[in-house]
Amino acid sequence: MCGIAGILNLRADYPVTREELEPMVGRLHHRGPDAHGFHCDGGLGLGHARLSIIDPAGGGQPMAGPAGDCWIAFNGEIFNYLELRADLIARGHRFRTRSDTEVILHLYQAHGDDFVHHLNGQFAIALWDARRRRLLLVRDRVGILPLFYTEQRGRLLFASEVKALLPAFDAAPALDPEALDEIMTFWAAQAPRTPFRGVRQLRPGEMLIAEHGGLHTRRYWDWLYPPEGGDYLNGSDDALAGQLRELLEDATRIRLRADVPVGAYLSGGLDSSALVGMIQAGGITALRTFSIGFQDQDLDETGFQQQVIRHVGADHSRVQCRAQDVGAAFPETVFHAESPVLRTAPVPMRLLSGLVRRQGFKVVLTGEGADEVLGGYDLFKEGKIRQFWAAQAGSAWRPLLLKRLYPYLNITRGQGLEYLKRFFGTGLDDPRSPFFSHLTRWQSTAQCKLFFSDGLQATLRDGGSDPIARLRQSLPPELDGWHPFHKAQYVEARTLMAAYLLCSQGDRMLMANSVEGRFPFLDHRVIAFANRLHPRMKMRALNEKFLLKRAMRGLVPEPVLSRHKQPYRAPDIPAFFSDGAGADYVEELLSPEVLHRYGYFHPARVQRLVEKIRRGRAIGNKDNMALVGILSTQLWHYHFVENHHRNFHGVTEGAVGRP
Amino acid sequence: MELEQKIKGYILENYLFTDDPSALASDDSLLDRGIVDSTGILEVIMFLEEEFGVSVEDEEMVPENLDSVRNLVAFVQRKRAAA
Repeated sequence: MCGIAGILNLRADYPVTREELEPMVGRLHHRGPDAHGFHCDGGLGLGHARLSIIDPAGGGQPMAGPAGDCWIAFNGEIFNYLELRADLIARGHRFRTRSDTEVILHLYQAHGDDFVHHLNGQFAIALWDARRRRLLLVRDRVGILPLFYTEQRGRLLFASEVKALLPAFDAAPALDPEALDEIMTFWAAQAPRTPFRGVRQLRPGEMLIAEHGGLHTRRYWDWLYPPEGGDYLNGSDDALAGQLRELLEDATRIRLRADVPVGAYLSGGLDSSALVGMIQAGGITALRTFSIGFQDQDLDETGFQQQVIRHVGADHSRVQCRAQDVGAAFPETVFHAESPVLRTAPVPMRLLSGLVRRQGFKVVLTGEGADEVLGGYDLFKEGKIRQFWAAQAGSAWRPLLLKRLYPYLNITRGQGLEYLKRFFGTGLDDPRSPFFSHLTRWQSTAQCKLFFSDGLQATLRDGGSDPIARLRQSLPPELDGWHPFHKAQYVEARTLMAAYLLCSQGDRMLMANSVEGRFPFLDHRVIAFANRLHPRMKMRALNEKFLLKRAMRGLVPEPVLSRHKQPYRAPDIPAFFSDGAGADYVEELLSPEVLHRYGYFHPARVQRLVEKIRRGRAIGNKDNMALVGILSTQLWHYHFVENHHRNFHGVTEGAVGRP
Repeated sequence: MELEQKIKGYILENYLFTDDPSALASDDSLLDRGIVDSTGILEVIMFLEEEFGVSVEDEEMVPENLDSVRNLVAFVQRKRAAA
């Protein structure tokens, strides 16, 4: 993968210079350490940091189009470029390189803005049509690659990461309070919003057109499902499983295309095991795989990893991740993520991509997306049980099914039913709500806002900030007619996968070490197929990812097919506090003086949370999320606001100071 | 009163992170206020057992016993009287 950056004059009338682009591209060096390239054309400048994967000799960027009047800076991969290229050649197009980048330019010449519908891949594209003086910015369908933009002094600035925009800021950026409100509800700011006030991001499946001094956006793709009771795919379980397997094998096959060796992440769960099985079935015999190991037995999946490794005979490497490693790597992780986070889970992902890079690999395939596309999460199961319960709200035994999902609730047997009803009964009277499955989680997460400072609370109250109402307004109108399971899938894919998993925990953690991730389960053909499956093909009774398991028989060891799904988690509080004492930077950033100076959180309340942690009494999920959320917000401010000048107007490339 | 202060102080300190007694009324539902969730209720029980030496049986895990400062106080008093 790579990084892109650029400037377009909207109202400004002085030319864009290479000297302006260089510091922007310099901040993206980790995304593309192999080469930097620039193209300036009056009021337009494109920059590119390259990680060479396909056609290392001929694929340099920015690249000119066939007629010389179009220029592209492109971050990503077009996996079906060979087919597209052959098709274009048959229709008379002539190519100068073997790169996928050139294919995009020819497709644009042939189809205009509709070129995007032909692409199977992950991409952030800046395409300058010099003849029409028109700039097109495009982000891939599901949001694998990021693309940020802002306006400064009559100019549009855009880049793969916000840190590339910041050298053009005169003053330090400010935190958008409504973004923090969203993070403390959904775990992430929702596009186009970002944590940086005035900086926006393209939504997944969206293009931005800049022409005649103005900007407008157009959605070209979204997760869409058939109306409930409508046009689902027909076929027996085995027939549909066969079709799914064929699609997934092809999605995997085209993602192995590269001029450098390709490895794979292996968690020991169903998705990555299936992926590794498919890679081997596709004829890759000497596969290199990578995983994270945890000291904490509750988090570690080494046992299942070993079974898969033996089954497929992969050559495996593992990075051992201790709690103190997570704490030590957290500050720089927040710098890369560019956002407050509520979990430390991105940290091990960054340590893992570091291992991949040290082993000489630039590309890994991962199982990311299978849970969203094929229905794997406990949240979907919980939603299904609650729908079943809502259909007969007075039932005494229907809610007891929830105990299957949360074994620790077993201590509430007997009279615990009342508590079950209260914990999981929220919104039971509105089973058609698009947020039926998510509201409980969001309300629990929103408890973090208790720690907001009086000033921040007043700002949000006065501005009438309401993240859930904002999200509701942005939903597609068709959604009201979908099956509840599909509503849950849609909301999950947008609010959590695109906004958090693929960004803070995905692209940014891979790219921090110049490693490209590829995600066969997020091939848009797989999504289109899966979205037309009846929900019972995804969740059969309470058996999650039913059809995927059926499709992977024989390819994945039986114990992995039938194991209980384990959510990926990393150590939270223990990463920062050991025997009641916080790491130095933790103590400093959570001190009343610094909390007061930054202004986001209530110092006395945070002190009480810290005291609870020191006493070893912070055991719940809420306390963990609150601590990580507060600490990462403080780090965000430290990196991007307090040290704005040092980090973004100095001469260093991407270096980051430590608190 | 001492019992109520202790219980209320614990809830204020550990769930609302404040020492301002006006932040919680004795009749406030801990569930409705979002103060305890499914793991939070276990913390409350742990506190009762450690602090007051009472043992909470499964069938006693009902909101009538545990869902407000007033209910918690009455519950602990009943348990102590029965002991």
